[in-house]
Amino acid sequence: MTPRQIIGKIGLWLSVFVIVSPAILFFLWMLSLSLKFEIDNAAYPPVFFPEHIAWKNYADVLASNRFLTYFINSLIVTGSATALALMVGVPAGYGIARMAAHKSAIVILIARITPGLSYLIPLFLLFQWLGLLGTLVPQIIIHLVVTVPIVIWIMIGYFETTPMELEEAALIDGATRWQVFRHVALPIAKPGIAVAFILAVIFSWNNFVFGIVLAGRETRTLPVAVYNMISFDQLSWGPLAAAALIVTLPVLLLTVFAQRQIVAGLTAGAVKGG
Amino acid sequence: MSALRKSTPAAAQSDAAPEKELRPPSYWPFVVPALVVVLAIIIFPWVFTIWMSLNEWKVGSSTTFVGFSNYLRLTSDPRFLESVVHTIAYTALSVLLPLVFGTFAAVVFHQKFAGRGFLRGVFIMPMMATPVAIALVWTMMFHPQLGVLNYFLSLVGIPPQLWVFHPATVIPSLVLVETWQWTPLVMLIVLGGLAAIPAEPYESAQIDGANLWQVFRFITLPLIMPFLFIAGMIRMIDAVKSFDIIFAITQGGPGSASETINIYLYSVAFTYYDLGYGSAIAVVFFLLIVALAAVMLYARQRMVWTEIASDA
Repeated sequence: MTPRQIIGKIGLWLSVFVIVSPAILFFLWMLSLSLKFEIDNAAYPPVFFPEHIAWKNYADVLASNRFLTYFINSLIVTGSATALALMVGVPAGYGIARMAAHKSAIVILIARITPGLSYLIPLFLLFQWLGLLGTLVPQIIIHLVVTVPIVIWIMIGYFETTPMELEEAALIDGATRWQVFRHVALPIAKPGIAVAFILAVIFSWNNFVFGIVLAGRETRTLPVAVYNMISFDQLSWGPLAAAALIVTLPVLLLTVFAQRQIVAGLTAGAVKGG
Repeated sequence: MSALRKSTPAAAQSDAAPEKELRPPSYWPFVVPALVVVLAIIIFPWVFTIWMSLNEWKVGSSTTFVGFSNYLRLTSDPRFLESVVHTIAYTALSVLLPLVFGTFAAVVFHQKFAGRGFLRGVFIMPMMATPVAIALVWTMMFHPQLGVLNYFLSLVGIPPQLWVFHPATVIPSLVLVETWQWTPLVMLIVLGGLAAIPAEPYESAQIDGANLWQVFRFITLPLIMPFLFIAGMIRMIDAVKSFDIIFAITQGGPGSASETINIYLYSVAFTYYDLGYGSAIAVVFFLLIVALAAVMLYARQRMVWTEIASDA
């Protein structure tokens, strides 16, 4: 290696360090806060590596039965909203791609641009009128605002790249369009469906704004529950940080393990809901 | 069978005229369920919002048609006008900073180095993490007495700041969080652009002895411009609508120093339950976003034309 190359190498690693450290330091600090007793969290200068580790913060959060309720609420809302979105969105993406009806995607764009609160006002009234407030149904329905456009958008893009030859051959052999979709197009589209699924799950799981308006005491999802903890526990940082980490951990794990799908999906559509 | 026989030659010449020939009505059943959902949760709310914005509509009292008076009220509502200013400041900074840092990060991640895939995964974590959980930890970091940020400032001799607790610094502090969170998205989009650049211009630049900055300024930057535009547009739409971070950290405070349009909309609709007025804000807000997007598209069109003109 020439000196010039060595300098380049050092410069590169320095740049990598500078770029990645805000993310790494933040999550390490989050972890540190969640594992410290109050004395350490209230100390100045800050304690970075505690002598005594407060596993109790996690135990407290997990032991409170409300937290379990909210976790299940989150699972139900995200699970249902994602499943429903895949059921209607995957065939729709297929139909739009095959019809080359690109103009219909403008509805998706409108959904992408619209602030989440604009949906909330009319739908809030509708749910109130239907007597659904106090159940999880309103949140499942309104989360479709996030998940359906993501799924349709990604599936349009994906089906446009899948080859037509097999489908045409199946049609000539006398298969119906539904059979072609079910047995030819759908199996090929599995990677695309995985991308749509992962992004829909993440953005639904993270959603906050729909919950603060529509959730009652028993129907909170995890982000809303964590937000409500702030006002109660202003000064006990340990359990708060532990709760925050538990809420976001599934998403962080998904990000690391499904990184390729997420990157593919985000660069294809760069979709974000709410 | 006749339909099938017709579609065979059509498929054969699908390359020539895909638009017309591949559009049989039989694909509609695939789209109908999604159409119903979209009508119910996207189109219906919009129509209903526009209708509500023309009414005096408060929860618990009767509604009366008032025409455009909700919109007129907006023009003389100091809190709304102030929120527009906050939104513009917040958005401008939240577009610019991630664009600068994201481009730098993309150039770095475009190089080959050990552990690149893993580090890229770590780098995009802020964007995927639950915003409320993130906001909570940032709130602790901003704490004037116990926060870790003031400790770091003290290490380099800067006096402690009030961050989100002072009207003058609250918006820059929130932008810091927004930038930390969304720089990865810009990085991903620009990285996609870098991947599409051919190697030849770099090779000839190396022969000509161009330095790193010259290579970036005169080769990379012009070629990734379209991607920067897309990233800027997406960033703008998201920054204007930003809610979770602001609401969870400051709720628009101190006072109303960080109250953006979206936060004000929330207060009007769901704290005061003034749904008619809230709907009017929602409509104006949406039109504002569309207008901003249109201006950026127009600017892009102009740029493309001047590029073509300068080529000729």
